[in-house]
Amino acid sequence: MKLKKDYKLIIMYNSTFNMVRCRSSVLHYLLCFSIICSVMVPFQLQAQSAQDEMIIIGSKLFTESVILGEIATQLAEHGDIETDYYSQLGGTRILWNALREGDIDAYPDYTGTLIQEIIQDSSIQHMDELRQRLVKFNVEITQPLGFNNTYALGMREKHAKRLGIETISDLRNHPELKHGYSNEFMNRGDGWKGLREIYQLSPDEVTGLDHDLAYRGLESGGIDVIDLYSTDAEIDYYNLKVLEDDLHFFPEYQAVFVYRSELKDKSPTAVKVLNQMAGTIPEPQMINMNARVKLDQIPAQEVASDFIRHTFDIETEVKATGLWQRLWVNTLDHLYLVGISLGLAILIAIPLGIIAVKVPVIENTVLGVVGVLQTIPSLALLVFMIPLFGIGALPAMAALFLYSLLPVVRNTHSGIKNIPTPTMESAYALGLPKTVVLKKIELPLAMPTILAGIKTSAVINVGTATLGALIGAGGYGQPILTGIRLDSVPLILEGAIPAALLALAVQGLFDLIEKQLSN
Amino acid sequence: MISAHNISKSFDENQVLKQISLEIPQGSTVSLIGPSGCGKSTLLRIMIGLVKADTGSVRYNETEISESNINSIRHNIGYVIQEGGLFPHLTNAQNIALAANYLGWAASRIQERIEQLRELVNIESDILERQPEHISGGQRQRISLMRALMLDPEYILMDEPLGSIDPLVRYELQNDLKRIFRELNKTVVLVTHDLGEAAFLGDTIALMRAGKIIQRGDIKTIMEAPANRFVEEFITAQRSPLADLK
Ligand SMILES: Nc1ncnc2c1ncn2[C@@H]1O[C@H](COP(=O)(O)OP(=O)(O)O)[C@@H](O)[C@H]1O
Ligand SMILES: [Mg+2]
Repeated sequence: MKLKKDYKLIIMYNSTFNMVRCRSSVLHYLLCFSIICSVMVPFQLQAQSAQDEMIIIGSKLFTESVILGEIATQLAEHGDIETDYYSQLGGTRILWNALREGDIDAYPDYTGTLIQEIIQDSSIQHMDELRQRLVKFNVEITQPLGFNNTYALGMREKHAKRLGIETISDLRNHPELKHGYSNEFMNRGDGWKGLREIYQLSPDEVTGLDHDLAYRGLESGGIDVIDLYSTDAEIDYYNLKVLEDDLHFFPEYQAVFVYRSELKDKSPTAVKVLNQMAGTIPEPQMINMNARVKLDQIPAQEVASDFIRHTFDIETEVKATGLWQRLWVNTLDHLYLVGISLGLAILIAIPLGIIAVKVPVIENTVLGVVGVLQTIPSLALLVFMIPLFGIGALPAMAALFLYSLLPVVRNTHSGIKNIPTPTMESAYALGLPKTVVLKKIELPLAMPTILAGIKTSAVINVGTATLGALIGAGGYGQPILTGIRLDSVPLILEGAIPAALLALAVQGLFDLIEKQLSN
Repeated sequence: MISAHNISKSFDENQVLKQISLEIPQGSTVSLIGPSGCGKSTLLRIMIGLVKADTGSVRYNETEISESNINSIRHNIGYVIQEGGLFPHLTNAQNIALAANYLGWAASRIQERIEQLRELVNIESDILERQPEHISGGQRQRISLMRALMLDPEYILMDEPLGSIDPLVRYELQNDLKRIFRELNKTVVLVTHDLGEAAFLGDTIALMRAGKIIQRGDIKTIMEAPANRFVEEFITAQRSPLADLK
């Protein structure tokens, strides 16, 4: 799979390079570039080779989930199962849907989340009952992994002491406190919505923010109350007071692995591996692992490997990837997303722009539709693609493709439309058929405008592609995502700087082509 | 012979041509003259099929133009407009050769023909390799003429070809045009708003006003027997520098 990506990149590189050299036939090279890019799509689609047993594991956006996914991945690989790991794929909904669609086979979750969020019936009390209810989704769960990671509310210890707050009920007397909750907690039935109802809370100010940023906010005094996971490493580190859930609102959140029933037939060894993890992770151990990754900034792979060595006495291979190697892989992934989506967009958008000029009846419809696509927030467009294309590079490319259409369609349309009437009349007066006029006169004259559109698309595309990491597409967004999770500026920069440089390079490349074209 | 018969044309409410009929005998030149906005360009566009008439027909040697035959008829017509209408992204030579290339002429034949025309229109060969924007207005009109003559058409339609050329160059070009028309024996319609030019280049003159042809004849007839007051005024409106000296 990696090999194919490299090959692809070389071709893309060559064709872009040639484009610069031969100004006379920019159109041909654009065409070649687009075609080569799009021909590569099927390569990726058939990438999953038929091996005896395989498993695709996913994890949510937070560190604990990433570590659990990593442990399962290493154990599965050790058991000679071909393993793919989509780390930090998204929130509960995205993971659950990906599981249902078969984009992933397993991911770590919590009993409380399954009951409250997925089945949405808080009357479920026992594991057996939960298992029963999951049957209709063709989904099963392992035995609990060993720890309960329930939601909790936390404050700075000193602050809570000063105000005399011990329990969540005590918050009722302090509506002036600023609440800052993770976005998922804000919207979940078993989160803030239910909590405020049961405890009759009505604080003056509630904001949603990323869970990993919440601790920073708490420390700086920007917010006073946050939601916690009881296994969060930061509770000790930041000296936090965990408020008592005196009305017993939060259910149990026993960590389990959720997997597709199908996996038992497809890969029985993989199911065995997941069940092997049951009961092996007590709460202190999980808190410790979270702390090592989040606070000591040790890679999750290494922490997972240490755990496996201690617990199972198994040596797993930790692929330590250096900065340059990570950069290389991210660059390939990123170029892959951008190259294919942009190539396809060019291939479709130029004809669309031409049709918009030539068929006045649909002119407004075409321009309107691609215009509306552009107004959809990029994150939303990305999520819309999941039901259609699952997770990974494909939906990201689809979203980027749609996003790249407008500038090229619009510029093709206006580039042709703005050719002066006398020029067009002179062309037709020569007795040239429409296709020849299009090829010899209209497209060459519109080319600078079309290129400007492609440049705009490419720059937008490079930036937007960083969001692809949110749905498992990799690229420069990956280190940014991890950096936000680990509160690590160097990691964020590891994605942000090359993304900015790539955007500049793309801009420069097109400036060069434009310059070549104009002399 | 070109014959336009009973041509009418309206743009929305604005009737631009009113049942115009015009015949140009083979090998002769007619100058179409009249005030700005009277419909000269529209008539010419209709004659080469760029604009569709509401009524009437246009025939070249008895063949009526239609959607299906227009392109082959256009290969037999040279069309020159005011600013030349040259394609800015092509060199002058490429402009000239475009139609011949499309028709699949051999490179040597194209080369030969361009050389022949270059001598005819009197232009230096280094001009040919430049882009239209890098030559003078007069040179552009000569290139445009070469492009129109490339396929050796029987007919030439010119829409104020010298309209934006300064007087000295214009004088020279008028002489060259007259020589070329005579040498090649083309059938020509030339739109101009200058009576002197119309008389000098045209075998006959057709005087238009508000979508109609008011008078048709040689300059002598028009000067001596103007059809109505408008024609009379149109003639006297042409200022001669000598007249003011008196
Ligand atoms: N495509 C068009 N749409 C609308 N009106 C037009 C169009 N072409 C020409 N006209 C109008 O037709 C009239 C005649 O124009 P034209 O034939 O260019 O006159 P002339 O060449 O004699 O100056 C003018 O009033 C002009 O505004
Ligand atoms: Mg005109």
